[in-house]
Parts: sequence; structure tokens; C-alpha cells
Amino acid sequence: MDQITSASALYGVMAEFEDPTSLVEAARRTYNEGYRRFEAYSPYPIHEVFDAMHIRDKRVSLFVLLGGLTGMFTGIGLQVWVSAIAYPLNIAGRPYLSWPMFVPVTFELTILFGAFAAVFGMLGLNGLPMPYHPVFNVERFTAHASQDRFFLAIEATDAKFDRAATRTFLQGLGAKDINDVEE
Amino acid sequence: MDTHPVYAPPPVIEPGHTFNTVTEQIAGIVLTRRHPYSWFFGVFVGFMGTMMLLMAITWLLIKGTGIWGVNIPVGWGFAIINFVWWIGIGHAGTLISAILLLLKQDWRTSINRFAEAMTLFAVVCAGLFPLIHTGRPWLAAYWLLPYPNTMGVWPQFRSPLIWDVFAVSTYLTVSLMFWYVGLIPDLATLRDRAKSIYVRRLFGMLALGWRGAARHWERYEEAYLLLAGLSTPLVLSVHTVVSFDFTIGIIPGWHSTIFPPYFVAGAIYAGFAMVLTLAVPLRVLYHLEDFLTLRHLENMGKVMLVTGLIVAYGYVFEAFFGWYSSNQYEQFMIYNRMFGPYWPFYWSLILCNIVMPQLLWKKRIRTSPAMLFFISMFVNVGMWLERFEIVVTSLHRDFLPSSWGMYWPTRWDLMTFFGTIALFTMLFFLFIRVLPMISIFEMRTMVPAAKVKGAKAH
Repeated sequence: MDQITSASALYGVMAEFEDPTSLVEAARRTYNEGYRRFEAYSPYPIHEVFDAMHIRDKRVSLFVLLGGLTGMFTGIGLQVWVSAIAYPLNIAGRPYLSWPMFVPVTFELTILFGAFAAVFGMLGLNGLPMPYHPVFNVERFTAHASQDRFFLAIEATDAKFDRAATRTFLQGLGAKDINDVEE
Repeated sequence: MDTHPVYAPPPVIEPGHTFNTVTEQIAGIVLTRRHPYSWFFGVFVGFMGTMMLLMAITWLLIKGTGIWGVNIPVGWGFAIINFVWWIGIGHAGTLISAILLLLKQDWRTSINRFAEAMTLFAVVCAGLFPLIHTGRPWLAAYWLLPYPNTMGVWPQFRSPLIWDVFAVSTYLTVSLMFWYVGLIPDLATLRDRAKSIYVRRLFGMLALGWRGAARHWERYEEAYLLLAGLSTPLVLSVHTVVSFDFTIGIIPGWHSTIFPPYFVAGAIYAGFAMVLTLAVPLRVLYHLEDFLTLRHLENMGKVMLVTGLIVAYGYVFEAFFGWYSSNQYEQFMIYNRMFGPYWPFYWSLILCNIVMPQLLWKKRIRTSPAMLFFISMFVNVGMWLERFEIVVTSLHRDFLPSSWGMYWPTRWDLMTFFGTIALFTMLFFLFIRVLPMISIFEMRTMVPAAKVKGAKAH
């Protein structure tokens, strides 16, 4: 399982944990040790891990705000342009800019663009879809990460990364199993 | 201080489950389990009915709307009745997935996935009617969509029918995205569990390479919460806009300010009835009693009772305002609804939507799946009758007695309507075969082992 061929580069070292509590503890200690380029993997979201890794990314909210505003202005602009400029219909002298009648479509487009921003913003920031990722080279990861086990991988690009020392460090965290992740 | 334990609701998952048993049981339905014969029966019946629907639509496109029962004065018939009925059914799915998420109702976890699928399929069935109701769907392009065409014609943005187009298409798109985003982690689980290389590749493509990284989860949860926050006003707006189709008109019985809230409550009412109609057989057929517990069924029964009472309030005030308006047309409309030629429809509606659900006051009935199924069937029928009442009895006798008429559906109307029920059934049966009908990753968070020890409760 743990074979390394000389041709493949190293992505990092991965530790496996049996329960969420150990993963949270490991993530906290890894962060405190000074590692920054590492990632915790779990089969469901664990808020304590976010805290332990100091993850706080609010960009999705910003995208949704911008998307919603874009939708709103698209809605207003479209209706004003159509109703007053491109195709004005004089019906018994009623105003062309009858803005209360433009509220529903403006509202729907605000929601629509906001939702697009949420979904595509999230996928974009997460770098998905991603057809290949080195972590899947670890058999234990493929077999358990999306089901019942918890993993923590320290990447080789981390400034503090040292193959032997990092491995020893992960062993000290009470990992059940440690694997090298090939690129 | 009194140290007796305060009342805690029963858990949303039966005790004794681990990450593995949850994953195994839900993913197994898709990947390994043999399906009961009733599955094949359901798909077969749904498929045959869908063929009937296609035949009815084909004949409509050849002949035009003359094959339907619509006439003058009743220019709006089955097409709008069924449209409103279906779109209302869809609302419960969004309510469960979005509003209950924002309210932190963790029992929603077991039912949100298939309720969202129900929403999608109901909106598909609903969307079919506006598309075909002119008999000439290709003309809808420039009637409804604002695009620069060679005629220089643009849609009328002051018409609620255009608002409908925007509301329903936004609703379908956002529901689809919400559902898909919720599915991504489960698709990854299916990818990793699949034995066959083709199945793994298929789920792998759909899972987009999801690997459960903490940084991904954090953005994922934020996006999911924001989608819920966007869907909540959206779902309320959709049926409000649908009710504008009526209230903007000046027909007696339509031109009423009570319509938007009463339509939204009715939609949730109909939707929960449909969720129960689907959940009760599903939990037995696929042995999901551990995840779809009596607590879920009871809660849905309670929601049905509350929304049913709001709907009853709507009926009472509709009648009251009809009388209180001192407008002879409004007064006659109410009288005509209750005692006119369509009186059996009105009183069956009262029986189905107001009388029968009162049984839900009793806990013994709320916790009996068979009784809940029975009552939900009444509500499904009742809500359809309500749409029929609103559309037909308002139109068939309006201001001038010389232009009164009657409306009865033809066999093509009926074939189209029952055809959409079959289409819905077929889509739903196919869904439970190919995708996990309960959110696996959210069920994992309900397992006792998922708790991080020593952490503050979130």
C-alpha cells in the first residue's frame, strides 16, 4: 500500500484518524506547530476543525451580494429599457415607468443572480470540478474519506515540511495510519 | 432548582447507528439493494401514463386547444388549475430544505433530499402547462422571453403572466442548484463505494472531484446557508406571484388581497400532504423506519394541521368579504360557489381541506402512518378542488347572465392531468433508484459518534 516509486514526486504526508475529536485535536496542534499548507478531510462538515485551522473565508457572501445587486440592476434596467425606450405602449396615458409593476421581476432576478453567485462562487473558490487530485492516490483515503474516517494531510510545499520530521510529528498526534501522498 | 430532565424531543435517528450503517443503508439502496417489485410496477405505470401524456400533447399540437373543455366564458381551465396545484406541491420541498434549515430544525435532514426532488418534479409538471396551454408553444418564445427579435416586439412587464415566467423559471433553476449542491458530497460517497468502473466514473464526474477538505466544507456550508436564505423569500414570492395571476384581474372571487398569503399557506399545505404521501410508503418499502421516524411523520402532520387552519381561515374570510363587500357580484359569486351548479365541488373541498385534517389534533392519529397517508390523500384532492373552485366558479358566471356558461373537462384534459401525475411518479421512482433519497452526509452529523468531545454546542 505504501509503495513509493522513484519517479513520482511527493505531494505530502497524510495521517488517518478514527474519530472527529482526534482530527480536531490534530488540526489544532498542526496549526500551532507552525504548519500552514495542510488540509483536514472529513465525511461531513466539522465546525471545530474550521476553528482549529483558522479557516474563515467570507468571499462567498461577498459574491452573493454582488450577484444579487447585478441581478437587481439587470431587472430594473431591462424593464425600464423595454417599457420606456424600446417598446413604449401608451395605454390610456398611463406612465411608462410604472415602477411598482417592475418589482416582481426585479426581485426574482436578484434571487437568481445571487444563487448563481453562491453556487459558482463556492465551486470556483474550491477549485471544483477537479478531475484529478493526489490525495486519491492513497487507497485508504479513497476507501474511507467520504464515508467514515478522518484524514489530515500536510503538503510538501509547506515551508516547515520535512519528510521524516513531519511524519514523526503526525505519529505523535495519535494517527492510526500514515501514508505518503504521491503527486 | 428542579433537577428533572426537561422534555427532549426523540432523536431524529434511531439509536445504535454509526457512520457506516448510515452510509451502508442509504447508499446501498442505490448501489447494491435489489429493488422491491413495487418499484418496477411504479415505473411501469408511470411510464405508461407518461406515454399517454405525450399522446395528449401531440394531439393538442396537431388540433389546437379546441380539444380541451375551455370555452368563453371559462377561458382558463385545467391548464391553470393543474399548474397552480403542481407548483404548490413543490413548495413544501423548498420549505423543508430552506426554511427549516434556517430555523435549525434538525429533523429536516431525513426528508429534505426527497422533498427537494419532489419539488423539482412537481415544478417540471407545473411548467408543462403554461408551455402547452396555448396549443402553440413555439409562439411562447417571443410572448414571454425578452429577447431581441426581428419583429421588434417585447413582453409586457406589467403583466403578472410575465412575472410568472420569471418566478417559475427562477424557482426551477434555484431549486435545481440547491438540490445539486446538497448532492455533491453524497455523490462522492457513491463514487467511492461503487464497484463497477462505469458507475464510479459516472458518479465521479457528477461529484466534481469532491474530497471533503475542511476549506471546501467551510465555503460549502456558507454557500448552502446563503442558498437557503435566498430560497426562503423566493418560495414565498413564487406562489404570491401565482396568486397575482388572479388578483390583478377584476373577476369576482379573484380580485382579493387575501390571495397571496392564502395561496402560500395552501401551497405548503398541499406540499406537506404530498411529502407524506411519498414518505409513508417509502419508509416501509425501503426499511427506512430508523431515519424516517414517527417523529418526522408527526411533525409533518402538525405542519399540515397548522397550514390547513390558515387555509380554512382564508375560506372563511373569502366568504365573509364576499358578503361584507355589499357588492352584488361578489355576493353572488360566494352564493354560486356554495349552492350553484358546482356545489358538490365546494362542499367536497370543505370536507377534504377543513374537516378531515381536524383528525390531526389527536396524537394517536398523528403517529399512525396509515392514517396520515389517508388524510394526506384527502388534502391532495382537496387542494386540487380548491384550484378548480377558484378558476371555474369565478369565471363561469361573472357580470352578465347572458354570457354565463359551464365548464367540463374533456378526455384530453383528463389525460393530460393524469399524465402529469404519471410523469411525476416515474421521475420520482427513477430518482430513488439512481440517487440517495436521504442526505447521507447530513445523516452522519446526526450519529452520536459525530460529536466532537469537549466542544461547545453550536
